[in-house]
Amino acid sequence: MVTPEDIKGWIEAGMTDCSVNCEGDGHHFEAVIVSPEFEGKSRIQQHQLVYGVLGDKMEAAIHALSMKTLTPDEAGA
Amino acid sequence: MNIQEQLKEIVEANDVVLFMKGSPDFPQCGFSGLATQILQQSEVRFASVDVLADNAVREGIKQYSNWPTIPQLYIKGEFIGGSDIIKEMFENGELKTKLEGVVAA
Repeated sequence: MVTPEDIKGWIEAGMTDCSVNCEGDGHHFEAVIVSPEFEGKSRIQQHQLVYGVLGDKMEAAIHALSMKTLTPDEAGA
Repeated sequence: MNIQEQLKEIVEANDVVLFMKGSPDFPQCGFSGLATQILQQSEVRFASVDVLADNAVREGIKQYSNWPTIPQLYIKGEFIGGSDIIKEMFENGELKTKLEGVVAA
């Protein structure tokens, strides 16, 4: 079963200076993702970036992922 | 007409269209249910397409928008996003702006 730590690891491995806070029960997950790669991108493009990093796992392993994407500025980091 | 052309026609023929799992009355997934509720609260008329009824539509719409999840909302031909983005735009008022000029429910 997929754990929130798996998802955190997958996303952080695929993005620059990325920090992920993920919670979930094995079926539904919620992730807050902060990365400078989101700067200058629309919300759709930000989510597409994360979906791109997760690739096939989005279809195969993760039933439902709710996400909030933030730039470091937006996160107040 | 191939599936991508069919989807383009659906998206362009309806001011507001939600690709979802199930129907607005019987959503088959919490995220589709949430998107439906938001559109109903926004009091606009919207079309819905049940992707569970046709696998070609289910796979095709993911390619159409380069977006791997359902639901997907389109307003006046533009892809708006999935349930997270719909919720965020509903809460910050952006969705209301996007829906201006759309026929009321």
